[in-house]
Amino acid sequence: MGEQPIVYTQSERYSRTLFGFWLYLLTDCLMFAAFFATYVVLRNGTHDGPTAQDIFRLWHAFGVTVLLLAASLFAGLSRVEAFRGKKMGTMLQLMITIVIGCWFLSATFFESAHLLEKGYSWQTSAFLSAFFTVIWVHSLHILAAIIWSLVLLSQLFFRGITEHTFRRLTILAMFWQFLSILWVFTFTIVYLMGIGGL
Amino acid sequence: MKVRNIPHQPLFGGHTSTASYALGFVLSLLLTMIAFFLVGKKILSGTALGVAIFGLAVLQVMVQLRYYLNLGKEVGPKWNFWAFFFMLALLLIIVVGSLFIMASLNYRMMAM
Repeated sequence: MGEQPIVYTQSERYSRTLFGFWLYLLTDCLMFAAFFATYVVLRNGTHDGPTAQDIFRLWHAFGVTVLLLAASLFAGLSRVEAFRGKKMGTMLQLMITIVIGCWFLSATFFESAHLLEKGYSWQTSAFLSAFFTVIWVHSLHILAAIIWSLVLLSQLFFRGITEHTFRRLTILAMFWQFLSILWVFTFTIVYLMGIGGL
Repeated sequence: MKVRNIPHQPLFGGHTSTASYALGFVLSLLLTMIAFFLVGKKILSGTALGVAIFGLAVLQVMVQLRYYLNLGKEVGPKWNFWAFFFMLALLLIIVVGSLFIMASLNYRMMAM
């Protein structure tokens, strides 16, 4: 057939990557929407186990919400620094993002561990099955963001701000921001509705 | 070394300033605090509470989409903007559809 290889410009690579990643984020939204709808349907299926008001703590939910808002803020600031060509600033903001992400993850982990200690697991009731699923699907996404951030951090360290690391940092910042947006719905539907008795 | 050759789009943080991020952060925090306050101090309950916290959530998401991701500020054909609304349409069909069906089943299968 003798087809010519397609050669993209830097500008095209950037646009395509961003649009492709945006489409992925949108499909992820649909997936999370399905998990949320499941939770909403099953939230009163508490069987003999605890109800939302028994186990959810307002301060925990508020604390981790602030953490996630901060993480997405610093991810964005990291990209701003990269845009200005400042390698040290970029790496520093990204490191802060990672630390905050790890803090969020450990808070969620300890909340779950606390519940398991009391004998409340995903096997206890439909409500708890749905709850653990929503929380941990979200947390696995956070874990992925942390791993990705660590890898990119090392790429920034060894290669500096290049066309490629900048593009990757842009979509990584989008990912952190997306996770923060998802958490808005999580804390509203799960924690606030739960504690508020809705 | 500044970054060159990225498309001149304000989208997804293209030229997002620190000011935009700071504003988005403060607004998000504020909306979060109001929502938690309403629940914590038991100011509202029932449907009113549901509408309030859901409204605040939607508002916060709009703030974040606008100030962090610059959605809607694209130059030229707004692919990202419309893809988002397509996703939203599908989402509403899936979620509202599921909730309606499950509620209907729940009603029809009630004990006599």
